[in-house]
Amino acid sequence: MNDNNICQSTLSGNGHKTLTTYLVGFNASLFLTIIAFYLVFRHLLSDTHLYIAVVLLALAQLYVQVIFFLRVNASKESRMNLLSFLFTILIITVLVGGSLWIMYNLNYNMMH
Amino acid sequence: MNTKTLGHDGHNSDSTDIFGFWMYIMTDCVLFATLFAAFAVLHNNTYGGPGIKQLVSLPYVFGETMFLLISNLTYGLGLLSVHKRNQKQLLGWLYVSIIFGVGFLTMELNEFIGIVREGHSWQSSAALSSFFTLVGTHGLHVFLGLVWMVVLSFQVTKLKINSTMVRRLTYLGLFWNFLDIVWIFVFTIVYLMGAI
Repeated sequence: MNDNNICQSTLSGNGHKTLTTYLVGFNASLFLTIIAFYLVFRHLLSDTHLYIAVVLLALAQLYVQVIFFLRVNASKESRMNLLSFLFTILIITVLVGGSLWIMYNLNYNMMH
Repeated sequence: MNTKTLGHDGHNSDSTDIFGFWMYIMTDCVLFATLFAAFAVLHNNTYGGPGIKQLVSLPYVFGETMFLLISNLTYGLGLLSVHKRNQKQLLGWLYVSIIFGVGFLTMELNEFIGIVREGHSWQSSAALSSFFTLVGTHGLHVFLGLVWMVVLSFQVTKLKINSTMVRRLTYLGLFWNFLDIVWIFVFTIVYLMGAI
């Protein structure tokens, strides 16, 4: 590994960043954002399908930004970052999913 | 460039420091998750007032989104000029990122002021309390990120690109990208789902 490479991987905290990865990430994010806004603005699908579509588009954009901007990957240098990131996703799922589950049931039991 | 950053194999103190900052960002994710959970539970409790749908305009939010996304890209391009040790280019990209970040924040504040002027403050209903808390916390993070960016651009002018500056710029890069990722969920859950 030459000096420049060492420098780059130290810099980013994750994988290497290049102009290409930034531009691919930017264009993909732009594309996904435009689709999401356009679908909702024109109301092109039924309500349920719109909810599903915007959630899937948001998750796709999360993936794009994590891969192309943050450059989190499974390489040895960024493994701890990846593990802590996955652990955080688990915590968030429990936190948000659990809160909604509890509150939904509470709401239901108050009504009936 | 001194020998602190060079001549290591990636397991130096710099990458440990950056991992520490990464852990802070992960905990900040949990903070936002709690605010999102609160918003998801409360967003229908409008206390007879208008819902989010009546208060926001989608094209406007799309504009905000573009400002933040472009700011994110230009900051990334700035980091690329750090690799090339091109200080002038780095400063240029930092200024562009600051301008787009300020544009985002101005639009957001303008939106808030508009909503409050119509008589719907954060005290009006649980839905608006959670709305202002969630979006406002994100806006506060963006504001602090901008202050940080201004400070770094002064430091780059004074101290030039050295290993300490490279580390600081990397922290802010992670932070700035993190804010854009949080914004994806803000516009999806608050604005798009609110408008359906």
